[in-house]
Amino acid sequence: MEKLQTHTKNIRKNIIKMVHNAKSGHIGGALSATELMTVLYFEEANITAENIKSNDRDKVVFSKGHASALLYSVLSEAKLTDIDVMTYRLINSKLQGHPNMNYVDGVDMSTGSLGQGISAAVGMAMANKLSKNDNRIYVLLGDGETEEGQVWEAAMAASHYNLDNLCVVLDNNNLQIDGDICKVMNPKPLDEKFKAFGWNLVEIDGHNLDEIRAAYKEAREFKGKPTLILAHTVKGKGVSFMENQAGWHGIAPSDEQLEQALKELEAE
Amino acid sequence: MAVATRTAYGEALAELIKTNEKIVVLDADLTKSTKTNAAQTACPERHYNMGIAEANMTSVAAGFAANGYTAFASTFAMFATGRSWEQVRNSIAYPQLDVKICGTHSGIAVGEDGVSHQAIEDIAIMRVIPGMEVYSPCDQWQTREVIKYVATTGKPCYVRLGRANVEDVYTADYKFDPTKISVLNEGKDVAIFATGLMVQKSMEALELLKAEGFNPTIVNVCSIKPLDEDGVLEVLKNHKHIITVEEHNVIGGLGSAISDVSVKSYPKLITKIGLQDHFAESAEFNQLLDKYGLDAKAIVKAVKEIVK
Repeated sequence: MEKLQTHTKNIRKNIIKMVHNAKSGHIGGALSATELMTVLYFEEANITAENIKSNDRDKVVFSKGHASALLYSVLSEAKLTDIDVMTYRLINSKLQGHPNMNYVDGVDMSTGSLGQGISAAVGMAMANKLSKNDNRIYVLLGDGETEEGQVWEAAMAASHYNLDNLCVVLDNNNLQIDGDICKVMNPKPLDEKFKAFGWNLVEIDGHNLDEIRAAYKEAREFKGKPTLILAHTVKGKGVSFMENQAGWHGIAPSDEQLEQALKELEAE
Repeated sequence: MAVATRTAYGEALAELIKTNEKIVVLDADLTKSTKTNAAQTACPERHYNMGIAEANMTSVAAGFAANGYTAFASTFAMFATGRSWEQVRNSIAYPQLDVKICGTHSGIAVGEDGVSHQAIEDIAIMRVIPGMEVYSPCDQWQTREVIKYVATTGKPCYVRLGRANVEDVYTADYKFDPTKISVLNEGKDVAIFATGLMVQKSMEALELLKAEGFNPTIVNVCSIKPLDEDGVLEVLKNHKHIITVEEHNVIGGLGSAISDVSVKSYPKLITKIGLQDHFAESAEFNQLLDKYGLDAKAIVKAVKEIVK
């Protein structure tokens, strides 16, 4: 097993422990994007504990801010910031249910209201172009989130301003709170839509580390257009009874479910 | 001289953008109306047209601020505060980012365009957001000073600007103090708190009232939030009758801000002049002010009734 897989395992275990401890939070969509964000923070983005307070580094916007357990868990696993993940969602903690950029170094935008993060990331990418800052802006976008009209306003603007320093990772796990995204409000075809909006498109298995690495590389090297990485993922990935279950979008596991989930992840 | 506050805004911004490299200006297909086209001419590389997509523009402004810029985002007040309210709250005010929402065509001054474009709730919905500052300048000189000031605060704010040409209240040497209300006439018995172009209407009313032996105090409240509570309290204490005047719904705006101070520290009866919780309509602007009781005549009438 490669080292990064040890990290993804630890990150997943923490996500489940955090949500269990808080008795609330969003597990399914945190587990689906774990590989995508682990490769980003550990290998692709030039973010270090030393430059974490600076604008002179890549930035990552969790537009699907409800995946905050993943954000805190990955920041902690990568030792980028000093936080106690087990205070997640508890009183007096910096680890808000949806992330606040002023509370935690490494949270690059306050998000939670869907659709706004991608627009803010467009602004950050425009700012970097203006100041001739070569660092890149990454966005984690939900598939259900694309039902928000603001996502398409942002997609139009990113293409209009040729933001090739912007890379949006679309966590296509096919589920939203009320069920199958195609049944609730079908946003597909997402590939054709983003292409029509003028984006470069890369399609991958969002749990395959090598495909993820190659996608980030292609996005980095592609000039003239923003890149969308359409990542096919499994909601609740890694825990058998959570996988592909819309019900695990926003509930906390019981003590028994926690134990079972941790056992499965350990055995992987 | 009669100059619209939006014009003064455009000119002030055009000056600032030349000297302050951290300023960026965003607009939503209304550059000629909001007057940010002056800044566009002065510095095209830091002026961005975001198209007819106000929600995106507002969050993009937040992104610029997150990466070190001071962003001015402009469109009509209706869309800047209404359509994008939640973007202002969550992308800008919550993280306290350095974005100035500058809404023009506020109040019923858009006249013929009608209700869909008349922002009569903007003060209310901006001041209710935690940490959001609200400035409502009355003339070109105050506007120029407010714009220079907000560019230095590093914090979010809303600036309420008008379409119509309005007479000067101040002169070119005016200096804005955000911590102080501005007493334009020291009178007695009645105090009138006004904001925006209702300051000019109140000064017109003062002339008419003086001819009949009345001498109300006239106070211009530009900084509605933060509000100079000590200054307001002083006026409340020194006058028998209080009137507030605004080109805005009487719910949630200046009248409510003054009432909040009164309720907390010095309870008084307050007469609120403004839109009485109804929409206006399409018409020439001055006809609207007359019909909806927002002209000097209406203020004169209110003063006489209250004193009687």
